[in-house]
Amino acid sequence: MKFTDFVCFEATIPELQAKDRDGAITELVNSLDKAGKLKRGSREDVIKTVIERENQATTGMGKGVAVPHVKHPAVKDVVAAIGLSSTGIDFSSLDKQLVYSVVLLISPADNPDRHLQAMESIFRRLQQEKFRKFLRQSRSSEQIEDLFREVDENPAL
Amino acid sequence: MQAGQDSLDKVVCETTVEIKNTDGLHMRPAMQFVDVANQFDCDITVSNGENVVDGKSIMQMTMLAATCGTKLMIKAEGADAQNAINALQELVEKKHFDEPTPDKKKEP
Repeated sequence: MKFTDFVCFEATIPELQAKDRDGAITELVNSLDKAGKLKRGSREDVIKTVIERENQATTGMGKGVAVPHVKHPAVKDVVAAIGLSSTGIDFSSLDKQLVYSVVLLISPADNPDRHLQAMESIFRRLQQEKFRKFLRQSRSSEQIEDLFREVDENPAL
Repeated sequence: MQAGQDSLDKVVCETTVEIKNTDGLHMRPAMQFVDVANQFDCDITVSNGENVVDGKSIMQMTMLAATCGTKLMIKAEGADAQNAINALQELVEKKHFDEPTPDKKKEP
């Protein structure tokens, strides 16, 4: 799946204000809501369920990245928002390191395959050290969008 | 001599498993898989025919995007390869990650 198919670049936050996990999740969900990606009135429940999911097991997979996610009826198709933190956020990651790049993913409740495809796209790139570095070094929403569009156009990169 | 070589040399075991749970190999099942794989010393790789990934890496396992019905080839190399294969096969096909399967829904 291409990032441009599901990443909402309007909702990108190049410098998260939050210094903690729940704050970062709240900021990104609010940003998606502001961009009109969530069913009206579902914002608070989305925040609550993403945090609940995160409490079950961290999505901080190590190497400075976290992918908080949940399946929720607030969306008809998968949608993601990117947030960066220059100071780092504690996600209780598997490698105990701070998280500098957060990809929040909300998937529809009734389409598990679509969720898996979006996760595959995300992890294919987050696994690459070069990609993680470029993402972390991005300073504006435009830079982040350019990076994702570039890898969309060059699958071999 | 030959038997001795077999037990000392690298043991290689392979099997094909099918993902049975409705939601497929999303992050939590992938985590379970990696946890089981890491209990063994042998090297474990998993392939969906397109990609071959490290069965002990959560990021790589999530990359397989294995939906319900997907077949995965698991390959283990090392002294405890057979035990690893058995444990992983049980997790995927018998326990199906303790998650519901499409058929199970119909049962009372």
